[in-house]
Amino acid sequence: MTTAAAASAVLDRAHAIGLLRQMLRIRRFEEKCAELYSAGLIRGFLHLYIGEEAVAVGTMAALTSEDAIVATYREHGHALARGVDANRLMAEMYGKQEGCSRGRGGSMHVFDAATRFYGGNAIVGGGLPIAVGLALADAMNARSRVTVCVFGDGAVAEGEFHESLNLAALWKLPVLFACENNLYAMGTRIERALSRTDVAGKARAYGITAATVDGMDVVAVEKAARDAAEAIRTGGGPQLLEFATYRFRAHSMFDAELYRDKAEVELWKQRDPIRLLEQRLAEGGMLDAAARAAVDADVDAEIARAVGFAEAGTWEPVEQLTRDVYTRPPA
Amino acid sequence: METTAQGVQHMTYREAVRQALREALHREPRAFLMGEDVGKYGGSYAVSKGLLAEFGPDRIRDTPLSESTFVGAGIGAALGGMRPIVEVMTVNFCLLALDQIVNNAATIRHMSGGQFSIPLVIRMATGAGRQLAAQHAHSLEGWLAHIPGIRIVTPATVADARGMLWTALEDPDPVLIFEPQTLYNMEGDLPDHAGAVDIDHAVVRRTGNHVTIITYGATLHKAIEAAGTLAREGIDTEVVDLRTLRPLDMTTVVASARKTRRVVIADEGWRSGSLSAEIAARLSAELFYDLEAPISRVCTAEVPIPYPKHLEDAALPQPATIAAAARTLIH
Repeated sequence: MTTAAAASAVLDRAHAIGLLRQMLRIRRFEEKCAELYSAGLIRGFLHLYIGEEAVAVGTMAALTSEDAIVATYREHGHALARGVDANRLMAEMYGKQEGCSRGRGGSMHVFDAATRFYGGNAIVGGGLPIAVGLALADAMNARSRVTVCVFGDGAVAEGEFHESLNLAALWKLPVLFACENNLYAMGTRIERALSRTDVAGKARAYGITAATVDGMDVVAVEKAARDAAEAIRTGGGPQLLEFATYRFRAHSMFDAELYRDKAEVELWKQRDPIRLLEQRLAEGGMLDAAARAAVDADVDAEIARAVGFAEAGTWEPVEQLTRDVYTRPPA
Repeated sequence: METTAQGVQHMTYREAVRQALREALHREPRAFLMGEDVGKYGGSYAVSKGLLAEFGPDRIRDTPLSESTFVGAGIGAALGGMRPIVEVMTVNFCLLALDQIVNNAATIRHMSGGQFSIPLVIRMATGAGRQLAAQHAHSLEGWLAHIPGIRIVTPATVADARGMLWTALEDPDPVLIFEPQTLYNMEGDLPDHAGAVDIDHAVVRRTGNHVTIITYGATLHKAIEAAGTLAREGIDTEVVDLRTLRPLDMTTVVASARKTRRVVIADEGWRSGSLSAEIAARLSAELFYDLEAPISRVCTAEVPIPYPKHLEDAALPQPATIAAAARTLIH
């Protein structure tokens, strides 16, 4: 092995372990959330991302700090991968005022100005126009940025999907539409919702460059997202990536999962994105037991700290109930 | 537009809005106008005629017919640092964008714990009187005034049409401006140095001691006509123009009602579940022992706006019905 190749291999190993670490952070964070939900410490709707971690981690790895993200109500993973502080994210899950949205949003409405994370939108399809507008602002100011708009296959049936793709293509706006096709809009399988299920094909019909990507393979996701983001950043107009993925858990904590077979879930679990990356690393001799244990220990410590932070957090005084409705309070 | 007396310009309401737009685009480099047919066509009510030639297609943006997405793009562009002015052709069409107005524009500041404000102006034509039937002529501003997080303003005069836009544009929160479509051809005088108009206060348009008519928008002019009729009968009528429907300036309203002790609310909205009901309830709570008579309301008949002129006229508050309501309180 030449020196250059060795350096590259070292770099790749560090990067790959970083991807693994990010996916594990999301997995453990959400497993903890499910536990806290059962204990009554997290309430409201809780939509777990478990199984889909490769999409958020690979996509966020392709971005710079200047880029923006508009996500959905299943956004814990994107927030963590983007760099939203786990402590503040967990405090948000609790509804504490130390939360990233001061506790006002909860699980479905994660916002973070520091990382340009614009929610947390719980109306399916509702985030797409906002992403188009953020990109419009960048285009009008000649800023070389990308706005990543995350949404699911359910959103593809919404009018706002079609309107937003049309407008972004018409105005050549720097949006990366990231469709997480997990096959189910809540309980409705994609074939029961879309007359044609080829999401990338719909984008192409609008003149948008689009590709379908294995959403369980974090390396493939990152590569596709990097290529797309680079083309978008250099003025190539919007792109769409359709990530084939699957959620291992129920839609929310209230879902009895009557609409899909356990066998199907088990089949997809064999392609668990974390296990796939571990296998690849192990086969390449890049991950030994000690390295893996170190990652686990780090992640476990971070999640424990986050829970501690949220537990120690405080409830916003009721006297502040009506703050932040208006920036300029009514006269 | 022509200059008449020294330092006074005579112009239509339409011209006043156009001047306000021109001023905004000159003074605020982040401002731009977008909507259906605002550019090449010149605006469906000819308000933005000439602006495309003056400011170019980057700042005067014709949009596809996709209300939800161009309103949402306005929200996104505001988040991205711009000061968008979005024109929705007519009030009924804003229903296609209610998701963006109600679920995003009104909530993002709150849901984000105060991290993100939405400095967005949405303009639209409202109201009946031009035989446009039941999908182009409703008065839904009072309905939107139900929503915390947005401001609702209704300029009824040339001076307010000229002066409110700049104030709205400088506001850090979303402001919806409702322009009564029957007023676009109305003429009025504007002092050369007429400045911005605040969007926090109602104003007394005519002073009187016997009865107060509370109104806004196109109905203001009917109320003033009614007041003229009543004056000839010896009834001294005060007319309050609400101007801003959210937040309501109850200080001005209560002061007038306390003085005259008799109140007519003339509102082009429907009576049931309405802004007029809200004002009546607040006045009753505040002035229960001061009022000489029950609060009277003159509203649009509970019918979708009909096409034939005689039926449309019959559906709407008119000077005669407003005057009749006032007389009943006196006698």
